[in-house]
Amino acid sequence: MQKIYFDHAATTAMNPQVVEAMVPYFTENFGNPSSIYEIARKNKQALDESRDKIAKLLGADPKEIYFTSGGTESDNWAIKGIADAYRNKGNHIITSAIEHHAVLHTCEYLESKGYEVTYLPVNEFGQVDPQDVLKAIKDNTILISIMYANNEIGTIQPIEEIGKIAREKGIVFHTDAVQAVGHIPIDVKKANVDLLSLSGHKFHGPKGVGVLYIRKGIKIKPLLHGGAQERGRRGGTENVPGIVGLAKALELAVENMEENNKKMIELRDYIIKGISSKIDHVKLNGHPTDRLPNNINFTFDFIEGESLLLLLDMKGIYASSGSACTSGSLDPSHVLLAIGLPHERAHGSLRITLGDENTKEEADYLLEVLPPIVQRLRDMSPLYEAYKKEQNLN
Amino acid sequence: MYSEKVMDHFMNPRNVGEIENPSGVGTVGNPKCGDIMKIYLDIEDNIIKDVKFKTFGCGAAVATSSMATELVKGKTIEEAMKITNKAVMEALDGLPPVKVHCSVLAEEALQAALWDYAQKNGIEIEGLTPPKEDHDHHHDIPEDNE
Repeated sequence: MQKIYFDHAATTAMNPQVVEAMVPYFTENFGNPSSIYEIARKNKQALDESRDKIAKLLGADPKEIYFTSGGTESDNWAIKGIADAYRNKGNHIITSAIEHHAVLHTCEYLESKGYEVTYLPVNEFGQVDPQDVLKAIKDNTILISIMYANNEIGTIQPIEEIGKIAREKGIVFHTDAVQAVGHIPIDVKKANVDLLSLSGHKFHGPKGVGVLYIRKGIKIKPLLHGGAQERGRRGGTENVPGIVGLAKALELAVENMEENNKKMIELRDYIIKGISSKIDHVKLNGHPTDRLPNNINFTFDFIEGESLLLLLDMKGIYASSGSACTSGSLDPSHVLLAIGLPHERAHGSLRITLGDENTKEEADYLLEVLPPIVQRLRDMSPLYEAYKKEQNLN
Repeated sequence: MYSEKVMDHFMNPRNVGEIENPSGVGTVGNPKCGDIMKIYLDIEDNIIKDVKFKTFGCGAAVATSSMATELVKGKTIEEAMKITNKAVMEALDGLPPVKVHCSVLAEEALQAALWDYAQKNGIEIEGLTPPKEDHDHHHDIPEDNE
């Protein structure tokens, strides 16, 4: 049976060119970049080159690039570090209801420490209204954190506009761009952001390595105290192979972005059209146009997401769901609830996230196996039974 | 995550469907929690002659419904009353802790169907309590099942 990977928002396979670039830093060039001898200097050089490369690709200065262990650390550092550094100015943070848990749970933690957090609502497509950001700003607001693109429904936020508001009001603006970097063009200056989080494994790089962009002049307290690494702002021996891999992966992603996106948008829209025409009682979640090139998110009425995923898995298709049961928690996706879906519909979602290696043949296979799976689950569903009885009565 | 038996009952659920004019029918759960189970019973001379179910829910919800119907088929009402969520779980070779509530729901769906049968026939079944109206079953998991 063929295996089809449709879960690229969760993680991606490493590009062989990335692996090749990393290997020497696991083996012969294994020195600690903080040491002074040759193999250490080679590591330091690789670190500097990677930093330069990433800075250039994001429109930043190399001194504004800080390496972390991934998106979660970057988000934690940005939010806690700014909250701590600007505590004398105020204690109010603005974020949105559909952020990743790395942001939401960090904000909840800060609330327990006496900070005040405003969770902005989103519209039915999952977009934050910049005017809502403006209205939420208070004298004691110290940070605005709005994600670049949503991990579940793929909606892209009006980041430039929100950044402009933040800049005019003199408030620090952070964006969690973990799902966006490597997938859509991003320039930190154009986006008006002060801090930006990204993670290597979302664009065919290694897991366990990320970046926090911190604009020059922004005060931030360290999250990890230790040695003088990362200009004293983030202790810990740098993950040189990971950093080299991240830089290479980002370089390749940006280099091939236009071509890959053209192909993925075509495939994405083909699948969206196919599902919409082959299955009834479905809803496409997320923005129809302001969405990531690789994101498809549907709600299938009367069924539950985990069952759908298990049956797709049996057909060799790996996808994801905002379903409660898939996450270890029992509540449905906070994102789907925030865009206004009732609980029972929020339980029945399917997320398909494409990669550049996915093909039309794979899409056709999905479109062939999905309708009978949905029907099978509906035939077993008391909600569908009740719906049909109601239809017959009418 | 799931045992082979859970996967088997999820992939090949036994007794899916409806019974026309059932002796008793019980529905538990709510869409908010993502699980609804409906069990139909056909009872003759105190024996559960036939049983069917419909379930909206995850793999464990389907599997526990299927197993619960298998366990009660052909049993007397008294025997059916002894089928607890633990028995359903054991028969499935266990469930992940976060899915234990599905087995609780299966037990409750069965008891709700028996309650309906008792109400329709004006009989009393020892140990049977009325179904909870709208219970948040996710938070109703006995601690010893954790």
